[in-house]
Amino acid sequence: MELTGAEIVVRCLQEEKVEHVFGYPGGSVLYIYDELFKQNQVKHILVRHEQAAVHAADAYSRSSIGKIGVALVTSGPGVTNAVTGIATAHMDSVPMVIITGQVPTAYIGQDAFQECDTVGITRPCVKHNFLVKNVKDLAETLKKAFYLAKTGRPGPVLVDIPKDVTAQKYAFSYPDSISIRSYNPVVKGHSGQIRKAVQLLVGAKRPMIYTGGGVILSDADQQLGKLTRLLGFPLTQTLMGLGAFPATDHQHLGMLGMHGTYEANMAMQHCDVLLAIGARFDDRVIGNPAHFGQVARKIIHVDIDPSSISKRVKVDVPIVGNVPDVLDELIAQIESSDRAALPGNIAGWWKQIEEWRGKDCLKFKQDDQVIMPQFVVQKLYEVTGGDAFITSDVGQHQMFAAQFYKFDKPRRWINSGGLGTMGVGLPYAMGVRFANPDAQVACITGEASIQMCIQELSTCKQFRLPVKIINLNNRYLGMVRQWQEMFHGNRYAESYVDALPDFVKLAESYGHVGMRIERPADVEPALREAFTRHKDDLVFMDFITDQTANVFPMVAAGKGLSEMVLAEDL
Amino acid sequence: MRHIISILIENEAGALSRVAGLFSARGYNIETLTVAPTEDPSLSRMTLVTAGSDDIIEQITKQLNKLVDVVKVVDLSEAPHVERELMLVKVRASGKDREEMKRMSDIFRGRIIDVTETTYVIELTGTSSKLDSFIVAIDQTLILETVRTGVSGIGRGDRILKI
Repeated sequence: MELTGAEIVVRCLQEEKVEHVFGYPGGSVLYIYDELFKQNQVKHILVRHEQAAVHAADAYSRSSIGKIGVALVTSGPGVTNAVTGIATAHMDSVPMVIITGQVPTAYIGQDAFQECDTVGITRPCVKHNFLVKNVKDLAETLKKAFYLAKTGRPGPVLVDIPKDVTAQKYAFSYPDSISIRSYNPVVKGHSGQIRKAVQLLVGAKRPMIYTGGGVILSDADQQLGKLTRLLGFPLTQTLMGLGAFPATDHQHLGMLGMHGTYEANMAMQHCDVLLAIGARFDDRVIGNPAHFGQVARKIIHVDIDPSSISKRVKVDVPIVGNVPDVLDELIAQIESSDRAALPGNIAGWWKQIEEWRGKDCLKFKQDDQVIMPQFVVQKLYEVTGGDAFITSDVGQHQMFAAQFYKFDKPRRWINSGGLGTMGVGLPYAMGVRFANPDAQVACITGEASIQMCIQELSTCKQFRLPVKIINLNNRYLGMVRQWQEMFHGNRYAESYVDALPDFVKLAESYGHVGMRIERPADVEPALREAFTRHKDDLVFMDFITDQTANVFPMVAAGKGLSEMVLAEDL
Repeated sequence: MRHIISILIENEAGALSRVAGLFSARGYNIETLTVAPTEDPSLSRMTLVTAGSDDIIEQITKQLNKLVDVVKVVDLSEAPHVERELMLVKVRASGKDREEMKRMSDIFRGRIIDVTETTYVIELTGTSSKLDSFIVAIDQTLILETVRTGVSGIGRGDRILKI
């Protein structure tokens, strides 16, 4: 049957079982919107800014298994507004499909109204992108986009469709499967390499497991749990990896890196065999690679992306493959290996680790006058039973959330790790809620970050999204202020957040519930009220917090992992 | 160290800019780059000359392989290979210089492919260093214009880059 390009787009979304599309209409996508209007299967979520559409679609993918977030925006400014969201998803390898309108093919290159070189602008921040110049290529291109987004190392894929292509007609047929000759991601790990890895692991004296976002993206939490318990090794997770292994488990040493725990960073630095899984040794994780390299250790690295291996740190045993498949084989080989001596061999190492853990590096003092931001996250953890989906923005509050909310399940911690995009928190919470309609969702944010996408309070009103906004309001760009205090002689250049709105009234003006909490004693009751009496409301909780709180431990930029500044040092 | 990297890539709009963009985004340098369709018009073959430590070259080939349009990548300089570059040089050729220029062109196995009363265009093929040597060998003040294609390379014997 002959369909218009716009009909084909909607049919493709239906074929892919897409339930939600986050978007914003405009001239170039009007035919597509017209077709969306005529059906009920794919629901459109109207945001208030294209950036939020992409962030919401991003979180929709992050917080669900197998569902892919889709964003739809118009040409020109629609696309440029979306770029921050696309780059954010790309840095964290989030599968996503972005459909963008383009000016009619005959106008391309003529500096037409709302024209921009979408494929050119987005090329460095997508896994792949397409410009569809002929309606006969449309269905196959969309199939490819979904396939590319979710296979291999996942990522955002963009399909740019000129307006005239959405009006032209072509016989629709959606391919059942697709193969791309230039794209063949590896799945199984090399058995010989896995054998070498097992030898190193069972012979280790000071072993360490270090995992990242790849474990979550590939849903390998079951395998990771089994492997870690089988080996009895200590484990640390990156910011992106939190939740793959339960944070409340004794083998978990907490997050590592710039604001990682003392025990995790020390163990990472001093281990003799390191098993890295779905992590990429980035600068916020291992600090200075030269300092990290001063200690001799054997590194095994499991990753689906060969270019992540030996990029910043030289690896001894690279294993390229899909994490769950590789871990299955690792487990099988370990189970059949002789490892009777292992517990004895690593007993001394555990003793050392417990000494490090004894420092209790995250401790803070809460008096009865001023609310500490850590205290709010702690109470949030207690009130939600540790079972909420937590989104965050970027800054001190993000680190406090990562340190104090103990994630026991994967895909519950949704934040921008790679690009570090302020403003993601609220649209992320929206995306999470659409993917998990009955879940408790809280957005831990600050008074600066929340204002970067505050307009989405309106979207939340329209779709009645009962998100709990935990605003840790210290009247500063907290992380900037912390760096200025530590490295720039207390000169707080432009980091004071002046002229704040009354957040309570602001929330109320959007039809939500607003609360201001100023005393430590009120923190828990307020949270309980928000999650019980106002269960079905969006509650904007403006916590007035200590202005001087800093995030510790801290590995300063360019320093080594074991060169931490601890709260007790100051 | 200098490396010659051969890339088989889908012959699609934007393929070249994906490769060029990767190099600029990651701070790798490109000394020369040539690209043209192969005998299979759906594929293009690129030859790219770059320089870097072993670690950097390893990253370059991995990053190139990661591009969805790239079918295959080979570091030609890892094993026996042949490389050629073509250069056209327009030189002033009048009076006594005319004979001398012809002689130098013959020595370098060049061919004179355009002749006017005062100029020659010399076509020269060879490795990049041979072309460099020619430029040095002739009288610099007589060079009016040079144009080079950049390096093309191919593996020797059974080393074949094909799908």
